[in-house]
Formats: sequence, C-alpha cells, structure tokens
Amino acid sequence: MKQRYLALKIESEEPFEEGDIRDAVWSAVTKLFGEYGASQAGLFLVKYDKQKKQAVLRCSQKALTMVHASVASVTEIKNKRVSLHVLRISGTLRALGKKSRV
Amino acid sequence: MKKFVDLHLCVQFRDAEILRNMVSKSFESGYRLVGIPLPSNVQPDEVQNIRKICREAGLDFASRVDLTPRNTKELMTSLRRLRRKFEIVAVLCTSKPIARQAAKDHRVDVLSFPVAKPRDRFFDGAEAELAAESSSSLEIDMAPLLTLKGFQRIRLISCLRRETVIAKSFRVPVVISSGTTISHLLRKPQDYSALATLFNMDSSLALSALSEAPLRIVERNRLKLNPDFVAPGLRVVRRKDP
Repeated sequence: MKQRYLALKIESEEPFEEGDIRDAVWSAVTKLFGEYGASQAGLFLVKYDKQKKQAVLRCSQKALTMVHASVASVTEIKNKRVSLHVLRISGTLRALGKKSRV
Repeated sequence: MKKFVDLHLCVQFRDAEILRNMVSKSFESGYRLVGIPLPSNVQPDEVQNIRKICREAGLDFASRVDLTPRNTKELMTSLRRLRRKFEIVAVLCTSKPIARQAAKDHRVDVLSFPVAKPRDRFFDGAEAELAAESSSSLEIDMAPLLTLKGFQRIRLISCLRRETVIAKSFRVPVVISSGTTISHLLRKPQDYSALATLFNMDSSLALSALSEAPLRIVERNRLKLNPDFVAPGLRVVRRKDP
C-alpha cells in the first residue's frame, strides 16, 4: 500500500502535547468521514516537534485528500483555537524533510 | 503558477493593525489578490488606505460590496448607485425573487446564499440558467464549513454538493472564498481544494474556483471601470490633445 507523508504546521497560541494533535486529527477524520473512512486512512503521527510546532503525519495514498481535508477542518484543540496547515506532501520521509525541514 | 484569489476576506478594515495582520496572513497562505467587503458609504481615502496596506503586504486589492436587499426594487436601486463604485458586487439572496433578479442582472458578479437556512438557498436549475446567461458566479464561503458542527454542517455539505452539480451542468462559474472574519479560520488554497472534495468538487475545478474564476471577474470589472472603456471590445486608445 502506497503511503504519503504530510508535514504540518500547528498555529496556536500555546503548544500542545503529541497526543492532543493525534486525537484532534483522528477526531476530524472520524467526524467528516466516519469510522469506515477513518479505518481506510492508515493514519499515523510519525513525528511531532512541540517547540517548532510542526508534525509529520503518514496516511495511505488513497486517503490523502480525505486526511488533507480533515486536517484543514481542525479549528480547536482542548477548547483552544488552532489551525493546522499542510506545508508539504511527499512520498518519502526523506524528501519531505529536505524541503520542509521538519 | 496559479494566482490565488480570496474574494471574500471579511476583515475590520478600519482597524489598521487587524487589517495588516489579516492581509499578511493571507499573503503567507499563498493568496495574491483579496477582495474585502466594504460598506456602501466607504470613503475613497479609506479605500486608498486599504489598497496601500495590501500593497505593502504584497497583495492586490479589489473593492467589494455585499448587498443584502429586502426586495428586488431595493436591489435595482443599490446596483444603479453602487455598480461603478466597486470592483466586485455580491448579492446575498435571501428570497427567491431577489435570487432570480440578481441572477439575471449583468451588474451582479457574485451570488451568495444564506448558510444558516438551507431552505433559503435558491440555487436551482432556473437560477443557474439565468446566472450562466449573465455571467454571474456562485460563491461558496468555506468558513462555515469549519465553524458549523454536526447536523448543520451535514446539511450545508449536502446543499453545496447539489449546488456544485447544478453549477457544473449549467456552466456557472463557482468561486471559492474564505469568507472568514478571523485569521485562524483562514486556510491555504490547497486546503480549501481538499475541503471542496467534501461536496464532490474535484481538485482541479476547486483550484480553478480559487484562481481563474475570481480573477476573471476582477479583470473584467477593472476593464469596465477603466475610464477608457466604452463597450465590450471597444476602448479609447488615444485622446485628442486639448
């Protein structure tokens, strides 16, 4: 199964824990596409840098648009305003790191 | 490379700091032209000030007026009074007669519909046919997709899915705008393109609704508002020296 890596930038006033980001993305996917859709996403939080407020997500290539839409739909985490921006999408972690420097 | 346009950046333009933050955020997100809705009685120096702030941020600015008429008569009066003052004229269609009148009037650039009341979204086949003839576009604001929750969002997505199918079949241009008043709801064009797949709009069409379609409206109106414009295809090339 082909996979895609998404470099994310978390825009918020304060940093969140890794689990909060993971839960927020999972919750967004489930809200928009249901449990059936989420089961096809193959979602995994590969990296999270709390200081830089950046993260790397992995998902299946087929579910890329679904995950991208879900990430874009996140507006709050723990009742705090947040926006998640997809900086770059790549097929390999190395290529993603080269350009987005996560 | 595509030039992305956000035709509906609802910012408090009288607060220079907020405006500066919002337009710089817009530039960072990848937009190169923004349409900011202004009140109909806006002063020319205020417009100049907004233009200057946008230019400093690296953005092109298009003045826009959002009309919310109570009846068709009021719509016609507003259009007569304001068409030549603004680069973009949008009409929020709150009733069927207003929607029909706005769709058939060449002076209307953008048709938008209330988000809160799906029953008041009158974009059907007849509306689309009129809009296609008068080159009006259907505007989809993305901010409500992010803010609404549960059943309300489901209903909105369902309406948008139906409307985009109708727009496509009648060749009515669709314009995707942020429609946001706060910066944390602003997303990149690629994010909006991904969100547009929720209402079955494919990625290339969505990106076109964020670039070519709104750009065409602005360019067409700038040409018309130019003092050298006489009629479509006819413009003053040179004036006789006095």
